[in-house]
Amino acid sequence: MKILVCIKQVPDMESRFKPSGDGLWFDETDLAWRMNEYDEYAVEQAVQLKEQLGNEPELTVLSIGPDRVVEAVKKALAMGADKAVHVQDTVVHQKDPWQIASIIASYARDKGFDLIFTGMQSQDRGSAQVGVLVAELLSIACATTLVGFSYSDGVVNVKRELEGGLKGLVSLQLPALVTCQLGLNVPRYPTLPNIMKAKKKEIEAIPVANLLGEQAIAPTVEFYPPARKGGGVVLEGDVADLAQKLVAILKEKTTVVR
Amino acid sequence: MKALLVCEYREGKLLDTTYELIAFANRLGAAKAAVLVGVEAAVPQFDGTLYLADVSALGEYNPAAHKAAILAAAEKEQADYIVFCHSSYGWDMAPRVAAGLKAGQVTEITALVDGGFEVGCCNAKMRRSVKPATTKTVLTIQAGAFTAVAPAGSPNIEKLDIPADGKGVTFGGYEPAEAKDVDLTKAEVIVSAGRGVGKKDNIPLIAELARALGGELGASRPVVDSGWVEHSHQVGTTGQTVSPKLYVACGISGAIQHLAGMKKSDFVVAINKDKDAPIGEVADVLVVADVLQFVPALTAQLQK
Repeated sequence: MKILVCIKQVPDMESRFKPSGDGLWFDETDLAWRMNEYDEYAVEQAVQLKEQLGNEPELTVLSIGPDRVVEAVKKALAMGADKAVHVQDTVVHQKDPWQIASIIASYARDKGFDLIFTGMQSQDRGSAQVGVLVAELLSIACATTLVGFSYSDGVVNVKRELEGGLKGLVSLQLPALVTCQLGLNVPRYPTLPNIMKAKKKEIEAIPVANLLGEQAIAPTVEFYPPARKGGGVVLEGDVADLAQKLVAILKEKTTVVR
Repeated sequence: MKALLVCEYREGKLLDTTYELIAFANRLGAAKAAVLVGVEAAVPQFDGTLYLADVSALGEYNPAAHKAAILAAAEKEQADYIVFCHSSYGWDMAPRVAAGLKAGQVTEITALVDGGFEVGCCNAKMRRSVKPATTKTVLTIQAGAFTAVAPAGSPNIEKLDIPADGKGVTFGGYEPAEAKDVDLTKAEVIVSAGRGVGKKDNIPLIAELARALGGELGASRPVVDSGWVEHSHQVGTTGQTVSPKLYVACGISGAIQHLAGMKKSDFVVAINKDKDAPIGEVADVLVVADVLQFVPALTAQLQK
């Protein structure tokens, strides 16, 4: 079995974001980077499947972006992926989901992957399109928003998270692609020996121009902070004072504190 | 300009979100038609063409058959926009339809802005305006962003004949939500814990504040996923949708799925270190402080 996991590196969401010079995305100065949280569940599920099948599957991890994304790739290798592909693209943020999906599909098309894992969306762009588009471009079965996964004898059984706690049960024949929701599993922390082992694993670099043949079809025209809706009171300062002030407000504005 | 609205249907019933799609189409100023992959008993009330495809031989959900039905309706209608709600159905189907049409897709639209569609990004902290470059466009709209219209009218039903070919995907039905040991929908006060609480050991601090206010403990998704609090306490689209008299969000950044579940609260207090956290947008009072210092101080003040 051959497995592909697609991961993205994103800024820590606690960061303060400000528009970049061209006004189309955020300024990358002073941001801390990490693996997209949804993708950690994708890597973990792929590694668990590899372990379930006695380590037989070959697990490749792919990421697109500038050199910094190698850090996220190394984490996936330390979690248990066998090898990696770094699609080198210094302006990945200018590409729309259609282009990103076409890059991944053109890499994967002749590789014979049986199963592809992605996160259900990225934390920064949040388009929730790339995984499904890759499946469509490769004409393979796809299920999204997984909170349950099992595999036996060529069939993947998943639980999709629907609204209000309901789950949808779906079976897929391989080859297939699945997109992973938060809470699907418990992503492991790489151990020191595995981090050391990962340093010896192969990272193949491919220039993005070798894989990209599509134009953007849904380009960003502006990036900006939300308009503050106003009306809200902001309290700052000494904690004991704040508590006193807040209790006074609650007594005045609500009927639940007397 | 024509919009094809993709209705949602589950467990034999039309979902009300369909009427948010109609509100959105009105805002766009587009002529409306709709498509329902389901049964005739569940068609929406509106004036216009309703394309109906019954592929129930495959169960209620099959992506290949639903895609085929939506594409057939889009072709017949010559729709400029194909519009979904951004839900577990919409975000699953929209890219399949977009790929079928090679149409640009804009995900989770919150507003119409000059020259484009506004969407949230960076965990709802920032916004983007997106302008599709294709003649046909696939759109998903954020739940609650466009206030639903009242159901009215009766559609002309046009049946689509779609082969029941599941293409390797089999629907196995539904697994019901876990039984709820707390009914947050009836609580007058909810005090919710978010990731900013830090660790499971700190949850009792939040529970104690809830007790001091005579309310229930709630939680955001990451806290439930981490196993700090039971799922039955989860507030948000995948948990419970609540409208208490007072909602206190402790260390919750305010992901849109959480906001959708609590924004109808009468009075919202948010406690967060991050002044820019999106929870601030819906808060009546934002207390900029460390949750672990402020919450015990507030509990003590209330117990005086």
